[in-house]
Amino acid sequence: MSTPATESASQVGARSTKGGYRGTKVRRQRVRAAWMFLIPMLVTLALVAGWPLARTFYFSFTDASLSDTAGAAWIGIENYLVFDDGNWYGILTDPVWWQSVWNTLFFSVVSVSLEVVFGIIVALLLNAEFKGRMLVRAAVLIPWAIPTIVSAKMWAWMLNDQFGIINHLLMALGLIDAPLAWTADASLSMWAVIMVDVWKTIPFVALLVLAALQMLPKDCYEAAEVDGIHPVKVFFRVTLPLITPALLVAVIFRLLDALRVFDVIYVLTSNSTNTMTMSIYARQQLVEFQDVGYGSAASTLLFLIIALVTVLYLYLGRRQLGVDE
Amino acid sequence: MNRYQQIKLAKQIGKWALIAVIMVYAIFPFYYAVITSLKPSSELFQVDFWLSSVDFGNYAQIFSQDSFIQAIGNSILVAISVVFIALLLGVTASYALGRVRFRGRTTVMLVVLGVSMFPQVAVLSGLFEVIRTLNLYNSPGGLILSYTIFTLPFTVWVLTTFMRQLPMELEEAAIMDGATPWVTITKVFLPLMWPAMATTGLLAFIAAWNEFLFALTFTLTDSQRTVPVAIALISGGSQHELPWGPIMAASVTVTVPLVILVMIFQRRIVSGLTAGAVKG
Repeated sequence: MSTPATESASQVGARSTKGGYRGTKVRRQRVRAAWMFLIPMLVTLALVAGWPLARTFYFSFTDASLSDTAGAAWIGIENYLVFDDGNWYGILTDPVWWQSVWNTLFFSVVSVSLEVVFGIIVALLLNAEFKGRMLVRAAVLIPWAIPTIVSAKMWAWMLNDQFGIINHLLMALGLIDAPLAWTADASLSMWAVIMVDVWKTIPFVALLVLAALQMLPKDCYEAAEVDGIHPVKVFFRVTLPLITPALLVAVIFRLLDALRVFDVIYVLTSNSTNTMTMSIYARQQLVEFQDVGYGSAASTLLFLIIALVTVLYLYLGRRQLGVDE
Repeated sequence: MNRYQQIKLAKQIGKWALIAVIMVYAIFPFYYAVITSLKPSSELFQVDFWLSSVDFGNYAQIFSQDSFIQAIGNSILVAISVVFIALLLGVTASYALGRVRFRGRTTVMLVVLGVSMFPQVAVLSGLFEVIRTLNLYNSPGGLILSYTIFTLPFTVWVLTTFMRQLPMELEEAAIMDGATPWVTITKVFLPLMWPAMATTGLLAFIAAWNEFLFALTFTLTDSQRTVPVAIALISGGSQHELPWGPIMAASVTVTVPLVILVMIFQRRIVSGLTAGAVKG
């Protein structure tokens, strides 16, 4: 319903009528009321987001432990990098950290790419007229509605090495000779995680793309059909360029989500280094090893990476979503 | 049958085959969880595509555990409180952001959007300290507080989008009659905002219901857990003997209400997701 385009249209409408009471007492009263309404929200966000984030930055330069965060002593950048007794220590020298950075990037790029490709296919299908379209759309939403933990458990059961239905089917079809240990095998577990994430998130991408498809002008398709242009060519020359803005929004939202992935991996493969992501690494240091300083350093690095992507998004978002005047 | 008709038929078959594949792909994992949960434990390890008999033993087992019932209670309490707080703060803030033009509005919008992008892990240690200072560790209060970090920005963002689309004339009439902004919100906008609030409330509810990282970190005892954590921590005698029957029964129990809600409100959810472009 409400899409970037309609929103900016209503913005224009608001702009043309606003001049009537500018600078009057009513306007001043409205601005004052606006700030009064915003303060409770801003205070809440400062309490749950701003302050904790600042503390995390601070902890990353201290030796804080989970049982005693107040008694933390400043140790500079030692959590990140320190040269001691002829050896380099710190998170930047930890091979497990770099493994988890690589895992996170691999997971994000592969799963988001797959989600976009399959999301577009599903959206194109749902955009076509056919009997029972509403039913199919409802069915496609099911994976999205299922809690991540539950979908991870469901897939863990289907991927179970001894009794799982997936090994059963693959063996019945003669594709494999012996059961595969999907979640334990080093070369398979990342793909198992990606498979579950893709299953769960295709609906989200498909719905965003579908909304964009439904806004496309019908006449250029009619023109293309009259001219006898092949549908595949029409898709790449007409449809894809027109839905690119919506696609970009979907990709960046998904990318931000994928970069901070935690729950699906934690449930499927626990703390295995084969699939460990930055979030899992940071939480393990923070909670299980109780090393708040070191874990905060990892969190800070993750935050910086995501902030980079967010800046990119905001740059695009100002144009896409019409935040700016 | 000429060539044109043949191509048309092939296209139709291809389309329906694709629809069938997508339907099976979307539904089968959940269907398989339902069948597994209804099997007696003796048949659990044989692969079946449908049920020969129905056995509610797994459900009886999970509902006989107090901790599971408490977890459902905690999840409901946390999710409803979070929705209520997010809507209360969100409606007033979205009025300010959507209807009033003032200096700094864009900055506030960008801050709100920025917070919704936060990786949860980045605030974990700081939030842990806040929650312990407020004495909310291992209690639903700590979860309600921490969940506002992702429900509030989302609610504000989507409600602002809806608020902007309402016609200007409504408010002008109220201003002419000398109504204060608070009266304008409660008497003019609120009646019109119910559909939008239902949508955002539902999406915030789903997000809170499904949250895992904070719930895992900020609770300690079984009686304070939420459902996702309770399910994730169900364990058997060893790592290789997970009680899959009860796990699937618990999974189905917490998912069926969500699936029903999503089916009923699917149009609203689609419009809310498109407006906010936020994953639940």
